[in-house]
Amino acid sequence: MQHGRYRFIAGFLAAPLTLYVFFVIWPFVQAFHYSLTDWTGVSPEFGYVGLANFQNLLNDSLFLTALRNNAVLLVGLPLVTVLLALFFAFLLNVGGSSRSAGVRGIRGNGFYKLAFFLPQVLSVPVIAVIWSVIMDPTSTGLANSVLGFVGSGPSDWLADPNLALYCVLWVLIWGSVGFYLVLFNAAMSSIPRDIFEAALIDGAGRASTFFRVTMPLLWDTIQTSWVYLAILALDVYALVAVMTAGPGGPNNSTQVISLQIAQNGFQFGRAGYASAMGVVLFFFTLVIAVVMLRITRRERIEY
Amino acid sequence: MTTPNKYSRRIFLKRAGLASIAVAGGTSMLAGCASGGGGGKDTVSGGGKDKTADNPFGVDAADPLSVVIFNGGYGDEYAKFHESLYKKQFSDAKISHKAITDIRQQMQPLFNAGNPPDVLDNAGAEAMPISTLADTGQLTDLTELFDADAIGQEGTPIRDTLNPVAIESAEYAGKPMVLNYALQVYGLWYDRALFDEKGWEPAETWEDFLALCEDIKGAGMAPMAHQGKYPYYIQQVLMDLAVKHGGPEVAYAIDSLEPGAWKHESMKMAAEALLEIKSKGYMLEGTEGLDHIQSQTRWNEHKAAFIPCGSWLENEQKEIAPAGFETTVAPTPLLDGAALPFDCTRVEAAEAFVVPAKAANQAGGLEYLRTMVSKEGAAEFTKLTAAPTIVNGATDGLDLTPGASSAIALIDSGGEDNWNYYYAIWYSPMDPKIQSAVAELAAGRLTADEFCAEAQKVADETASDTATQKRTRP
Repeated sequence: MQHGRYRFIAGFLAAPLTLYVFFVIWPFVQAFHYSLTDWTGVSPEFGYVGLANFQNLLNDSLFLTALRNNAVLLVGLPLVTVLLALFFAFLLNVGGSSRSAGVRGIRGNGFYKLAFFLPQVLSVPVIAVIWSVIMDPTSTGLANSVLGFVGSGPSDWLADPNLALYCVLWVLIWGSVGFYLVLFNAAMSSIPRDIFEAALIDGAGRASTFFRVTMPLLWDTIQTSWVYLAILALDVYALVAVMTAGPGGPNNSTQVISLQIAQNGFQFGRAGYASAMGVVLFFFTLVIAVVMLRITRRERIEY
Repeated sequence: MTTPNKYSRRIFLKRAGLASIAVAGGTSMLAGCASGGGGGKDTVSGGGKDKTADNPFGVDAADPLSVVIFNGGYGDEYAKFHESLYKKQFSDAKISHKAITDIRQQMQPLFNAGNPPDVLDNAGAEAMPISTLADTGQLTDLTELFDADAIGQEGTPIRDTLNPVAIESAEYAGKPMVLNYALQVYGLWYDRALFDEKGWEPAETWEDFLALCEDIKGAGMAPMAHQGKYPYYIQQVLMDLAVKHGGPEVAYAIDSLEPGAWKHESMKMAAEALLEIKSKGYMLEGTEGLDHIQSQTRWNEHKAAFIPCGSWLENEQKEIAPAGFETTVAPTPLLDGAALPFDCTRVEAAEAFVVPAKAANQAGGLEYLRTMVSKEGAAEFTKLTAAPTIVNGATDGLDLTPGASSAIALIDSGGEDNWNYYYAIWYSPMDPKIQSAVAELAAGRLTADEFCAEAQKVADETASDTATQKRTRP
């Protein structure tokens, strides 16, 4: 019986596992392999250079700039997105008028969800183009027109090296909040209403309901979102490539690792070096995911 | 209920993480699946027929020919014409024609597997790194082509029928490897009709240029715009100012990575000139953040008088330029004490046609390139694309648009004084770093000295990088 069951399971797993090994694991193994070579990417021949690629990475000022910019996004993106998404989801669920009986969301709940979710259905390059038009640096640009209306001078937005990275960060947040809002919203609606109502009867205000009831019960979802957003912050290739000058931003202010990988691997004929960057990025992502999950581990609450 | 739930979430996270890395770093990994065995050979593949005056490479009409064209600004109609010329001579030959835009994605696996096409137009934003291809022995030596007689001109080798920049730009390690087919002329572009109406004339000296800018500004128009998102364009003004002041040696030193090349007095003066345009308010407001389409459209709308660009500009703006707009090129003005005359500029040979070393029909590939550089083939290219080619005199008697005819006039007036630089192709990692410094300079965030120091630092790093193949110019 037991024997037959394993065979049954293996039969189901064989096809997906083969695909997974071939299309996911194998390319990884190859990337690790190529990171030790001087492969150009356009020739079948290459030589082994040991760890020289990794050594060169340490002295590559552009790569270090990219690393620093990724770090800024890594902190900013999950923090702001999760906070905003939580706040909006809370409003949609329990922000309704307190005069009415019980706990309910605000009016037009569905409309807001749709509005916030909209960026999620647009592809990243479309979002990038929309926002670069909004952030047009001339005085007739949309964002600058608004600034002009409130009496402030035109800003260079993406052309300003001090501002460009935060413009990218903003677009990332704008594009992500909707999805996490819907995610948190779904998680919140699975929290039994009576818990909120009990809190209300006990005299808890909005703020303490949020921090003492909602947050702890959503912790698992928040944790997942945090890691997922961190991974997103380590990529951002498409956005930076389409939106920022160069690409890579004025004075490399929006330079990111993925952009460096693409440039070295494809434009400069340094696929070996680019693979080394990919390997570094792999370990970063891995470490960050593990660390995030460890330090945010809490006790589970069953309901 | 907890355990399975937790597990599925873990797996989800792992997948998410892996997927994201696959997007970021995995593209190069996936591309690397097919680095099969290599191995070169000494004789040209294909051919084997008797070599005659009409068939100098001994092409066998039975061998099929595969042609891959970059389907960009020039389209692929011209290639169909060249193929028809080839067909005329070898009526039995089967030609496969492929016009694509993502050259690298489609060609890289073929090169890696040793199965490339016979003719490749390696151009566009997704072109393969040409110097790497040349250095790794992936390209056919074109000496035989350049020594062969030009079609219809018995006794005249092809190399004598081409603009010198074609020969110069073809060379890698002393051997011609690339046929850069189209000539691109850089300069400051303006609307001749507008200038006639306002009584303006492009200035020859820096002093006159500043006075003209003041006039233009007074008329409520920005004197200059540039495609700030891509600093390459404004860099053309900087390089032209510097080289025309200091002579072609300025470009030679830069290309040869000589110490102090970017700190040359002429480069410093050119940087200061660029800063002057910015600080006097002659640049279109916000132009630093505009891409080529946005800035060129504003230029077409007469929001700016001049814009730096190459000779593809007229064709690129065809749909946008209002009726009566006469796209015309002017050379950049001369700084005080310039070594070169006013009416010369940077002329570049671009649109890199190669015959891969592992092509199945190298002889056919060479013959195809020979039909391209025939007078007939080149004239048709200019007719279809409004762009001049490297073939001398191929545009004689053609009815050309104002942009194309002004560009060709500038090639002719510049003659021997026209110049070019190669460092951006030779040392590709250096290119974006220099461009970034140029952008900072053009935005007025670097002084001339800071710019020269920064550019020199990048050049010195390149010179000391062991992975970079160094090249020198005479």
